[in-house]
Amino acid sequence: MAKIKVDGKEIEVPDHYTLLQAAEEAGAEVPRFCFHERLSIAGNCRMCLVEVKGGPPKPAASCAMGVRDLRPGPNGEAPEIFTNTPMVKKAREGVMEFLLINHPLDCPICDQGGECDLQDQAMAFGVDASRYHENKRAVEDKYIGPLVKTIMTRCIHCTRCVRFTTEVAGISELGLIGRGEDAEITTYLEQAMTSELQGNVIDLCPVGALTSKPYAFQARPWELTKTESIDVMDAVGSAIRVDTRGREVMRILPRVNEAVNEEWISDKTRFIWDGLRSQRLDRPYVRRNGRLAPASWAEAFAAIRDKVAAAKPERIGAIAGDLASVEEMFALKQLMAALGSTSIDCRQDGAALDPSLGRASYLFNPTIEGIENADALLIIGSNPRFEASVLNARIRKRWRMGGFPIGVIGEAADLRYDHEMLGAGTETLKDLAGGGLSFLDVLKQAERPMIIIGQGALARPDGAAVLSMAAKIAADVGAVADGWNGFGVLHTAASRVGGLDIGFVPGEGGKDVAGMMGAVDVLFLLGADELATDAIGAAFTIYIGSHGDKGAHRADVILPGATYTEKSGTYVNTEGRVQMTTRAGFAPGEAREDWAILRALSDVLGKKLPYDSLAQLRAALHEKHPHLRDIDDIAAGDPGDIARLATIGGEIGNARFVPSIGDFYLTNPIARASAVMAECSALARDGFKQAAE
Amino acid sequence: MLADKDRIFTNIYGRFDKSLKGAQARGHWDGTAGIIEKGRDWIINEMKASGLRGRGGAGFPTGLKWSFMPKQSDGRPSYLVVNADESEPGTCKDREILRHDPHTLVEGCLIAGFAMGAIAAYIYVRGEFIREREALQRAIDEAYEAGLIGKGNKNGYDFDIYVHHGAGAYICGEETALLESLEGKKGQPRLKPPFPANVGLYGCPTTVNNVESIAVAPTILRRGASWFSSIGRPNNVGTKLFMLVGHVNTPCTVEEAMGITFRELVEKHGGGIRGGWDNLLAVIPGGASCPVVKAEDIIDCPMDFDGLREKKSSFGTAAVIVMDKSTDIVKAIARLSYFFKHESCGQCTPCREGTGWMWRVMERLVRGEAHKREIDMLLDVTKQVEGHTICALGDAAAWPIQGLIRNFRPEIERRIDEFSRNAHRHEPVLAAAE
Repeated sequence: MAKIKVDGKEIEVPDHYTLLQAAEEAGAEVPRFCFHERLSIAGNCRMCLVEVKGGPPKPAASCAMGVRDLRPGPNGEAPEIFTNTPMVKKAREGVMEFLLINHPLDCPICDQGGECDLQDQAMAFGVDASRYHENKRAVEDKYIGPLVKTIMTRCIHCTRCVRFTTEVAGISELGLIGRGEDAEITTYLEQAMTSELQGNVIDLCPVGALTSKPYAFQARPWELTKTESIDVMDAVGSAIRVDTRGREVMRILPRVNEAVNEEWISDKTRFIWDGLRSQRLDRPYVRRNGRLAPASWAEAFAAIRDKVAAAKPERIGAIAGDLASVEEMFALKQLMAALGSTSIDCRQDGAALDPSLGRASYLFNPTIEGIENADALLIIGSNPRFEASVLNARIRKRWRMGGFPIGVIGEAADLRYDHEMLGAGTETLKDLAGGGLSFLDVLKQAERPMIIIGQGALARPDGAAVLSMAAKIAADVGAVADGWNGFGVLHTAASRVGGLDIGFVPGEGGKDVAGMMGAVDVLFLLGADELATDAIGAAFTIYIGSHGDKGAHRADVILPGATYTEKSGTYVNTEGRVQMTTRAGFAPGEAREDWAILRALSDVLGKKLPYDSLAQLRAALHEKHPHLRDIDDIAAGDPGDIARLATIGGEIGNARFVPSIGDFYLTNPIARASAVMAECSALARDGFKQAAE
Repeated sequence: MLADKDRIFTNIYGRFDKSLKGAQARGHWDGTAGIIEKGRDWIINEMKASGLRGRGGAGFPTGLKWSFMPKQSDGRPSYLVVNADESEPGTCKDREILRHDPHTLVEGCLIAGFAMGAIAAYIYVRGEFIREREALQRAIDEAYEAGLIGKGNKNGYDFDIYVHHGAGAYICGEETALLESLEGKKGQPRLKPPFPANVGLYGCPTTVNNVESIAVAPTILRRGASWFSSIGRPNNVGTKLFMLVGHVNTPCTVEEAMGITFRELVEKHGGGIRGGWDNLLAVIPGGASCPVVKAEDIIDCPMDFDGLREKKSSFGTAAVIVMDKSTDIVKAIARLSYFFKHESCGQCTPCREGTGWMWRVMERLVRGEAHKREIDMLLDVTKQVEGHTICALGDAAAWPIQGLIRNFRPEIERRIDEFSRNAHRHEPVLAAAE
């Protein structure tokens, strides 16, 4: 701890603090543009200048000067800085004037207007008039991709975007070229950035130079209603803020959640919102004479009742999709139980995860924050860059700290950090487990080794055996020890852990997803689109969901549901963290929240579910699964599960691990309805093609 | 006037043999092993005692700078970096050393490198210096061949010297920008602290010295600190390469004693002012970044760090730019402003935006196309740049203008009056918004 006096107030701060942090700690506001807590220090905007007592007769950049760098006074007094002296005021006004002389001041037509750092700080620290009578600089706009719009004349060269892309995103595609007043931010050849995190530069840009292209001229920040929610595009569960105007979602922004996403979100999370408007199911449909025809709720329910009544209970099945919340899966599970069926499954891809093996067997036990404590990593059958982009940024963050060997068994890919390719499939895994690879020693020597096993290694016939072998490696290398559980299953579906938690898997005599194909007479699809619908066969299919996607095309009855922005739902992320979305708007037309649809349907089917409101449903849910009550908490799995898992064993084939995500931008029905995602997908495909040539 | 026997650079005009043999004949590489034998502390103390101040412009005591290097390595190697990126308009001394007397530098590198425990020296040569780099490389090759440097050399200290050729950016003469450039990055100054002596080239302790500072070291150590410190005035001792450029009859680079008056310097070496002393208008005493000094102030001023500080200017690199009364002084300073605007790296705000602003106003002042209040505004803008930037380029851009306004305000006002009086302008004045 170091003592320092800020504006006469003596405080004690940790040694590593910068003057800026110390000033904040003392309650003195210091303006800044280039400084960002999560990026390296550039010290180039010069807005944060403060006066140091006894220092040189010029102000110092407080973001770049450490408390330790200051010398104490002659009698050992604490060093003293000032943030409110005439010198500081003059310096701030001067820098602000310089920033503004070549800034276009086109705030009325700027999308950043109203939430612009430059605007706010000019109000607070600037002067009211301009002395600049020369011509202003104009800079040509650059193409840097379909997501980020550039108006480069507004740029103040803080280089936050450059630092973010190189440090956090791991791409060196954005940079500052030229020098002096001709310096420009560009991708040089004006190619699209390839990062899945590039949208974050929009938030980082303190001015309107980088703005959201899809959101351009759509709305003003002050007319938006802000709703804090949770993302469901992947199993990370990033904290988001949904901005709506009226019923429509206008944009999605990240919220800070240190434990999960820090303050980054992936591009899919951010730019999905146009998919919330198109391809929506806004009324029930019933298939008549081979064609889906609009119907009333009563007609749709009646059609279902007839079929269900005619079917044997064991010939009824239900599959929950990747975006389903815990509440609706719980309701569906209870409905199926009431109908006498145990054929339910939430593992569309057939991943070999079994809740009966204990919660630790399917959670990302080390936790996302815990990645930073790990000191060696083995990735099995997973590409975290696409499966969990934000989590991948955390791995990169840890890797940048140094001393973090990473080995990968699976498809070769650019993960945005250096890693050792150990091999492509189970042969390598067996080799590693048998001690045939030197990377095993790396893991053994590590104090807190970590193993990530992805769905690519689990969604296959020998998945259970692969999982067991991974657990065996974890146990062998000491990944499960006191206070550290380094065995992590990386999920890709937001609903998966919640579904496993409530046991949305086949019960006694029940069929799993593969078993249900062609073997049931009535099939409920709760937003399930990621399966081969042509294999369903003749079963009467009821699709409950929000978008006209694969499942709806196959359906015999469509019941229009709500998306994650239109309902309050519980989701459990890959770590096992219980989180809840908030309703930001209402579903279109006659669409309803999914749990309510199931509740109404149960009444028609004569198996009325015992709750009339979401609160009652939650009460029932929490009674059965108390850990779901603790929002934002993780009920940690039992480390003993891993040891038990390791003993299961089983026959392992010799197929390679294939990635569980084919196209990052098109993984769910909302994304497939989004024009922005389609453009990104096409761009990524072409990019790959180009690279291969 | 400095006696010939006291000159360090005895081949500065290239009249003699610049090869190793020639250099040795002139006394270089003499007893180098003996100097090194005396040890690090002796060398540093001797350098401190000699009172040598850095010849790159800032005048920081060289011996003291060397003493900042860690005595005990923490595992990281140390480096000596020699700044031969001499790009300041008016300055042309390192160039003469590089092309005519390179062995002074090569020997200096070895001794300085030993004194600071460096394992190697990197000499960063300005991009435009093609022949100079070749001459330097030749000298280094000769020294390697003769076993004076390199592994297991005769002098008893393993030391390598590498020449790096820059790309011609003025900013790369700033010590931390130079390190960035040397590392292969864009030449932009680093934030200080940490200082290079702690975290420098490749993150290792590094000292960056000017060519002249290093090149004079061997002779100082050979002849003794007291010899060096007996020349010149207290706190401004030794000999120095002066560059007389501009309107003198015989422009030249000459080694002289510190503290020589301007009058003596010009009379002895410059052949007098063009058109006589009455024709002298002003002098920029230390290269482009120093404030201009009026004729009457400089004529009898001793040319050293303290003498020029009293005239509110600075000694800089001793590049004495002499301007007679045919000079358009406003235009001359405007041209310097353009230089700094052109060479600003663009990293930090005040310099990036301020240099362009200052230059544009200066261009208008050249024509008198301004209001008188804009003179004070310009002065205010220079104050807003000065001291607010990462490196000293912002200060360097501000000082010439401050010097101009301090000394030649009536001239600027006269032009403004003349411009506004003139009813026969060829073109209307355009307002910025149109």
